[in-house]
Amino acid sequence: MVAEVGHYALVLALAIAIAQSLVPLFGAHRGDGQLMRVGDTAALVQFALVLLAFFALMHAFVTSDFSVSNVWENSHSAKPMLYKVTGVWGNHEGSMVLWVLILAFFGACVSMFGGNLPDTLRARVLSMQGLISVAFLLFIIVTSNPFVRLDPAPVDGRGLNPILQDPALAFHPPFLYAGYVGFSMAFSFALAALIEGRVDAAWARWVRPWTLVAWMCLTLGIAMGSWWAYYELGWGGWWFWDPVENASFMPWLAGTALLHSAIVVEKREALKVWTILLAILTFSLSLIGTFLVRSGVLTSVHAFAVDPERGVFILVIMCLFIGGAFTLFAWRAPSLRSGGLFAPISREGGLILNNLFLTVGCATVLFGTLYPLVLEAVAGTKSSVGPPFFNLTFVPLMIPLLALVPLGPFLAWKRADLGAALQRLWVAAAISLGVAAIAGYAKFGGPVLAPFGIALGVWLIAGAFSDIAFRSKFGRETLGVAARRAFGLPRSAWGMAIAHAGLGVAIIGIVAVSAWRVEKIAVIKPGETMEVAGFELQFEGVVPRQGPNYNDEVGIFTARRDGNAFARLESAKRIYAVRQMPTTEAAIYTFWTGDLYVVIGDGSEQGRTVRAYYNPFAPFIWIGAVIMFLGGAVSLTDRRYRIGAPKRARHAAATGGA
Amino acid sequence: MKRLLGCLGLVLLLAMTPGLAVELDEVLSDTVLENRARELSAELRCLVCQNQSIDDSDAPLARDLRILVRKRLTEGDTDAEVIDFIVARYGEFVLLKPPFAPHTWALWLAMPALLLAGGLAIFIAHWRRQGALKVPLEPLSGDEQSKLERLLKDG
Repeated sequence: MVAEVGHYALVLALAIAIAQSLVPLFGAHRGDGQLMRVGDTAALVQFALVLLAFFALMHAFVTSDFSVSNVWENSHSAKPMLYKVTGVWGNHEGSMVLWVLILAFFGACVSMFGGNLPDTLRARVLSMQGLISVAFLLFIIVTSNPFVRLDPAPVDGRGLNPILQDPALAFHPPFLYAGYVGFSMAFSFALAALIEGRVDAAWARWVRPWTLVAWMCLTLGIAMGSWWAYYELGWGGWWFWDPVENASFMPWLAGTALLHSAIVVEKREALKVWTILLAILTFSLSLIGTFLVRSGVLTSVHAFAVDPERGVFILVIMCLFIGGAFTLFAWRAPSLRSGGLFAPISREGGLILNNLFLTVGCATVLFGTLYPLVLEAVAGTKSSVGPPFFNLTFVPLMIPLLALVPLGPFLAWKRADLGAALQRLWVAAAISLGVAAIAGYAKFGGPVLAPFGIALGVWLIAGAFSDIAFRSKFGRETLGVAARRAFGLPRSAWGMAIAHAGLGVAIIGIVAVSAWRVEKIAVIKPGETMEVAGFELQFEGVVPRQGPNYNDEVGIFTARRDGNAFARLESAKRIYAVRQMPTTEAAIYTFWTGDLYVVIGDGSEQGRTVRAYYNPFAPFIWIGAVIMFLGGAVSLTDRRYRIGAPKRARHAAATGGA
Repeated sequence: MKRLLGCLGLVLLLAMTPGLAVELDEVLSDTVLENRARELSAELRCLVCQNQSIDDSDAPLARDLRILVRKRLTEGDTDAEVIDFIVARYGEFVLLKPPFAPHTWALWLAMPALLLAGGLAIFIAHWRRQGALKVPLEPLSGDEQSKLERLLKDG
């Protein structure tokens, strides 16, 4: 019964979404306030209905209702409750329901918090959101109905893919989708602005927080996926340039560019056409990502079930939206009037350079990801584009961009003095070079470029805080005054500094792991020891252990440094009972300066194969991503975005636009 | 369909089982040769896996390839000779780093070409704007002149 209610709610949501996409658009065209307000109600109702469907599906999973085919295929009664809940989106159908739920949530937010938007703009934005909902609800109902029943109901389910039974992976999809789908807001705002024929500072001020939220979620979602790969796949790799990873990385790069170009629209009313284009591109890349991952064009853990019908459906959705958006862009963009003039060396110029590097980087990743598909279709040659390609093209492209990041905030709008900006950064430069020298000395004989990579990370961090220090006049005012000034700085300034510093932290981790990881492989018997990076690992033996729905073979090690035992490490080979799939649980001991990472392998007469790694500064990669997320969150609390003060915001928008 | 799912399951299994890659008995005693072998195998694709290099994969075929790479190296092959030998046997699909050849020019040149084109576009847009600025301003008409004076006086 509950499943039928869920199914009915989805169909009803589709009907509402159709109304939401047509009525307010017509109302805005006719200037009819009553018709425009239909959009607000429809968005809320649509969200409530999709939420109902989502809970209905969750109910089926939690109560292990195996008469629902989707639950039977992807769940098992012995599964821990956490994974029964997260199993809802651990399959194709459920994950699409989550996709639409987040989409409807963003639409409902516009309707709830969008009181200070001009009526016609709000109506058109909601209409565009409705249109996307229509496409994806139709997709779910026609090709991916999660509520299909089985009769008779099986006794037990087939279990969730063991790989997905992991805390980081359980919450990776919601964040990733919040990012993907969040960019739909920028897309809807861009289309609405094109229809209105007007883009101004107020528009940018509205788009930025939505883009920022989406960007934050995507950052965290990608970081979770990468962290999972690091501890679960068992050899400490954290990024593989896998097409599926690239599918999430491309919207991130484009979204990062959008975040920066929207600043120029907000502050200077320049780069309007480019920003609109970027908003369309970013969501288009999200759609391409959804297509690549969901269609089964790429075989991977993400392509839950390969079904050509679904692939074609998403392809059609993708082409209609991308094609439609670009047609509208080509038609209306020339009518947008651009404002502010500026010199090449200025804040605007710096942000344009940022956009150039980020979009070219994004295009490079897109090329590398799609090239094998295209080449096979065109010439019939099977080819591979793997990590070495991206390391040779994408990485060198990012180095100048990263090196220029700290300069940006020191450049004035319109026309800036490069010499003065550099002068203000001498402390940061000195610190970075000092760190490079220390790193070069400590790791003498290692990769020559690595110390400079570390210096680049330090330069980002030091540069970010130089900006804060300079703005609050540290060293020129008394400490008390400077501290007060620092606290009084706009939250967006702090947010930017924190996010840039987070990027620096992540860079340090990436460079250190890539350059200085230590690997040791040994075959040892219980009682024997092995050595890695100055640590001694004594193998104590292997014991069996039973989990809720799996059996472990646990290898136990005592870790010593200078003869002192400091940790007992357990690495397991795990077999999930239902699907009989093996996974490996690495033992990771984290220090401030890196991870000791131990994996137990197969046994033979000579003993067990054991792999031990020391991954210097590895946790910095994900700590950096979390800091970037926090930076975004701080920026979001900036006064001018604050929700609940619509009057002031309207006033600020009016003066800010002048 | 069942068969297909089974196959897919196998692919996933091979793809996702942890990389207990290089086994101890494969490792060469000569560290210089071993390092070269590791670098080469990071650039070679494991043909039965999902986007893994033979250095990361524990599939039997990957192991065979690793041993083959080491055998060729100990026999005195250069890196290029080893790669050529393996490509001759398994085709270009095995290369994670595609060669620079006519059919991959578009791939390798995309990044520099786009960077150049983007830079050029920015330059032209700037140049045009500058040009627009240099259009000589028309002198004020008598009407405007008197309006300006009035404003200045009131101001």
